[in-house]
Amino acid sequence: MEETLTEFDYKSEYTQLNLGPTHPATHGIFQNILTMDGEIIIEAEQTVGYIHRAFEKIAEKRPYYQVTPLTDRLNYCSSPINNMGWHMTVEKLLGVETPKRVDYMRIIIMELARISDHLICNSVIGVDVGALTGFTYVFQWREKIYDIYEEICGARLTTNIGRIGGLERDFSPACIQKIKEFIKEFPAALTEFTNLLERNRIFMDRTIGAGPISVDRALAYGFTGPNLRAAGLDYDVRVMNPYSSYQDFDFIIPVGTQGDTYDRFMVRQQEMWESLKIVKQAFENLPEGKFFADVPDFFLPPKEEVYNNMEALIYHFKIVMGEADVPVGEVYHAVEGGNGELGYYLVSDGGRAAYRLHFRRPCFIYYQAYPEMIKGSTLSDAIVTMSSMNVIAGELDS
Amino acid sequence: MSEVNNNYLLKELQDKFPNEILEVSEPYGMLTLVVETHAIIDIVAFLKAHNTIQMNFLTDVCGIHFPDQTGKELGTVYHLHSFTNNIRIRLKCFAPAESPVIPSITSVFEAANWQERETFDFYGIVFEGHPNLKRILNVDEMDYFPMRKEYPLEDQTRTDKDDTYFGR
Repeated sequence: MEETLTEFDYKSEYTQLNLGPTHPATHGIFQNILTMDGEIIIEAEQTVGYIHRAFEKIAEKRPYYQVTPLTDRLNYCSSPINNMGWHMTVEKLLGVETPKRVDYMRIIIMELARISDHLICNSVIGVDVGALTGFTYVFQWREKIYDIYEEICGARLTTNIGRIGGLERDFSPACIQKIKEFIKEFPAALTEFTNLLERNRIFMDRTIGAGPISVDRALAYGFTGPNLRAAGLDYDVRVMNPYSSYQDFDFIIPVGTQGDTYDRFMVRQQEMWESLKIVKQAFENLPEGKFFADVPDFFLPPKEEVYNNMEALIYHFKIVMGEADVPVGEVYHAVEGGNGELGYYLVSDGGRAAYRLHFRRPCFIYYQAYPEMIKGSTLSDAIVTMSSMNVIAGELDS
Repeated sequence: MSEVNNNYLLKELQDKFPNEILEVSEPYGMLTLVVETHAIIDIVAFLKAHNTIQMNFLTDVCGIHFPDQTGKELGTVYHLHSFTNNIRIRLKCFAPAESPVIPSITSVFEAANWQERETFDFYGIVFEGHPNLKRILNVDEMDYFPMRKEYPLEDQTRTDKDDTYFGR
């Protein structure tokens, strides 16, 4: 073969760089094999699936109420949204009407979860551009949200919050006190965080124009949530297909224009204010009533009744053994998760477990755009692009 | 809101594809069609390009396995969404287990790329025309398709758990 300067020789000047799978800057287990020309990324090849735990297969064996802990482990930065989404999917299948109080309680919890999700994501963008201070400021506010979860359900990270039909218990006085404190004190903390980063020259220089995506490309790649809104399309499941009485609330959908890291950051910042607004409205107008719907086949009766009342005992036994009847049917239900449209496609054949359950995991779908977004940019931009996309390994790999 | 509803969708599709739509149902308000496997690209592209319907968003692609449906054991379920009309549609197409080949819709929606890889990974459905059809979440060396119903979740050789005591 004739020796010439072929394309192959030219390409051999490139460097292969393994970004991940366990690099601290990727915030999760993702591998990207980058082809680099000096500092510039020419190509990226992604490997995912490092923490695949076969949730969809497991869900085909578990009774419905035992699927909730699986959903915790999808997007573990906002587990309550996943839990509620699943409960609402089953309620839709069963045709259950939940009381207004349940809806409002759920909204308070889900919006707090959204705030904690966005807090992590935005403060981590700061960390990745070298601003650790904001991260340490807001993390204690995430702790306060976790304290509220703890008052409601006893758990902090993987919450397993709520039940099919409602919540396992009403808000306790301590919980109400904590939510009240949060609503009162959080704005000051968020303002402080805002002042640190939003108009910070260094932060803006680092993030404006990093990892941009146009609205057409974002749609083609199936973007949803803050990432799609940052590109300029105001799609929000809470408004488009309101669930859990979101139609009762007054809030706006912030949108960006460039779809770059700064816009994604700003959309999340604004969404936190909007979420806080929703929490405030729901908390102030929390209706009286029961904290669960009338679904004795799925909602566990109180323990005193189980011990003293035969009917309650039967229901308790049937629920725990997973013997409750479900209709045959298929249902798709979506909620606005922390990072996009979180959908549940449930096919029931009337058996004790789902015949097929598919999770529409937003970041699994939009993460495939990552190579296109970082092509031609520097490695440091690729890092902030990834953290600003809010890709959560647990959700990605299901 | 516009007049695009399930009836309109169905009428438009039946006018355009009189022989390709096999089954129509409407579970929980979402129009669900079982369509001829070979026509899936045309139907999806038609819905996307239609001036009024504008199904411009592919929400979800996933596989499903019905071992008892002879000749149509493996299927793919598509969820499409029109943002302009806020209406969703569910399409399904099936293929036999011996040669599960379904055309890939990646030429219409790029978002289908990884979702079809996932479906291939778990159900072994081969998407014809897919640019990079390989396993995504499981290891490359895996030689079976784990979400198929013939692979039960729990190890069937176990003797320490007897389900008969639990009425299963």
